[in-house]
Amino acid sequence: MATAAPTYDLGKLHGGLRLDAHKSASTEQPIEDVPIPAQLVLPIDQHVGDAAQPVVSIGESVLKGQLVAEPCGSLGVPVHASSSGKVVAIEPWPVAKRYGDTAPCIVIDCDGDDRAVDSWEDPLAYRDLTPDMLLQRILQGGIVGLGGAVFPTAQKLMQAVSGNLDYLILNGVECEPYISCDDMLMRERPLAVIGGAQILMHALQLDVAYIVVESDKPQAIQRLAEAMSELNDDRLVLKQVPTIYPSGGEDQLVQLVTNREVPSGGLPTDIGCLVQNVGTAAAIHDWIQNREPLISRVTTITGDGITRPVNVRARLGTTVADIAKLAGGYTDQARHLIIGGPMTGKSVSTDRVPLVKATNCILVMSETPSSGPELPCIRCGDCAAVCPVQLLPQQLFWYACADDERKLRDYGLTDCIECGCCDLVCPSHIPLTFDFRMAKARIQELADEKARAERARRRFEARNERLEREQNTRDEELARQKDTAKTAGPEAIAEIMRRRNQHRDDEE
Amino acid sequence: MWARMWIAVVTIAVIALFAGLALSFASRKLPSDPANLVEQVNDLLPQTQCAQCGYAGCRPYAIAIVNDHEAINLCPPGGDDTLRRLATLLGKDVIPLAETAPESRAVAVVDEALCIGCMHCRTACPVDAIVGAQQLMHTVIEQECTGCRLCVAPCPVDCISMRSV
Repeated sequence: MATAAPTYDLGKLHGGLRLDAHKSASTEQPIEDVPIPAQLVLPIDQHVGDAAQPVVSIGESVLKGQLVAEPCGSLGVPVHASSSGKVVAIEPWPVAKRYGDTAPCIVIDCDGDDRAVDSWEDPLAYRDLTPDMLLQRILQGGIVGLGGAVFPTAQKLMQAVSGNLDYLILNGVECEPYISCDDMLMRERPLAVIGGAQILMHALQLDVAYIVVESDKPQAIQRLAEAMSELNDDRLVLKQVPTIYPSGGEDQLVQLVTNREVPSGGLPTDIGCLVQNVGTAAAIHDWIQNREPLISRVTTITGDGITRPVNVRARLGTTVADIAKLAGGYTDQARHLIIGGPMTGKSVSTDRVPLVKATNCILVMSETPSSGPELPCIRCGDCAAVCPVQLLPQQLFWYACADDERKLRDYGLTDCIECGCCDLVCPSHIPLTFDFRMAKARIQELADEKARAERARRRFEARNERLEREQNTRDEELARQKDTAKTAGPEAIAEIMRRRNQHRDDEE
Repeated sequence: MWARMWIAVVTIAVIALFAGLALSFASRKLPSDPANLVEQVNDLLPQTQCAQCGYAGCRPYAIAIVNDHEAINLCPPGGDDTLRRLATLLGKDVIPLAETAPESRAVAVVDEALCIGCMHCRTACPVDAIVGAQQLMHTVIEQECTGCRLCVAPCPVDCISMRSV
């Protein structure tokens, strides 16, 4: 049956934790479709990079799949309408994002017809396209990394093409507790995942792709293996990795699968690897083969605050409230809403936030997961033992408190992946990841300030130079005129008198 | 025996004395590289070019600090951080700021409905962050504005205000 046997041949991963998975509740039933909501809320900045620029106006009718905001600036990604309807507002709306609580959103009142744009079902033979054209197509599909980092996929591929690549790695590890959307996607649509891998291999001109799944997802592994034997594409290799958090982190996965370590401040492409989430691969397949841009995604809605935990496929822009309705609503114990997983997610205060490209999980908990009051650091070093990036969190903590930018850089704060392992093991309950996130933001702020000051300095100096140049020109001109007046003498005066008389004659 | 020891002690003491005197002379009298020092001081200043120090921009102030022993506490936008760094660089004492530091960064905004296109603000801007032509509306390039407020006073119709960011 399974031709590609799952294998363990792995590099070492430092630290990490075995966490309770809490995934069984949401994987018992198949993925359900969320009905078209009354209203869609589409943020224009669902990716890292500059926000998209709206190209629709209020009152305009839009169709499903129609471009409503076009890419703008660096790392831009377009936004498409996820159903047909009428644009009623473009305004700030509460969203779950890393910094800040609101973002400009395009609000669409759905008409319920779900009419699609014309080119909707045209299939596309991707093998006829050159890799370049294929990458351009992927950019137009609004596709970003669906593992949570939402880096624009096309730009990631474009950067990767210029280097020497050895492997494409499809990330189906999904190591964070509660989240099971990739698991269910691999179980139900293995052909889409593999199809996406084939398109990516064509775009990158690669001959090896590893599809990597964590060992606690036997059903997904089986379905993928079946699909692969059906397709009989020997460029694809299915790999299994042990269930350790955070083995699904991009750099950690590369290390596990290839035993190559991503250098500090570097990218997996520096060591010949390109990692894409399995959901992203499926989205690429849907866009290239079915002409369906990224307008929906699978997400897990779970936690003890949800009546019927389930995985759903919802249109982007559907609010959490609408999705919760499908999942049987909230239980009496629901106290706490987290967008994302328990380790890396963000708490939000309202369920009006929309589902965005980054939303892989909606977690409703009965209580705040924090464990106790913060106590002083006792230097036990447990945090350093579990850090998957081999940093020294206890040391970074001191420097973060002291706001010592240089030391924070020296000790590799910028390499922190914010996995939250150090938080969990800290016997003093110090919110280390939170502190590191703040310190990172502060470092960024200082760098921005420095860059701004440098620009202002250059402009100030350029202006001074210009003023001096203008002054010199004026002085020279004045000197020249004086000189002319002196040397020209009587003829010049006669000329002036002649002109004046002529002027007087004209007036008369 | 004792005499020998004293010779050694005195010799070492004399060498140390001369070395000490030479070093102290060098640090006091020999000029450090002033151009370089101006650059270093200028690097620490916030480059708002706001002239609140009484000089026509950050570089002139840096030159005054280095050459004319001007006080180092005249830069409100730099705040206490800049003051501390200047004090460390120049080996001076940290003294309180002459004026309190502003709460947050601000940028100038031209009320475009009121602007009469007089060019006064454009001339005042130390970093050329205002664009516009005679008789036509002006506007501020937000990314380039340092928040120096130098354009606010010259405006004859008071159409420029500061907005914090």
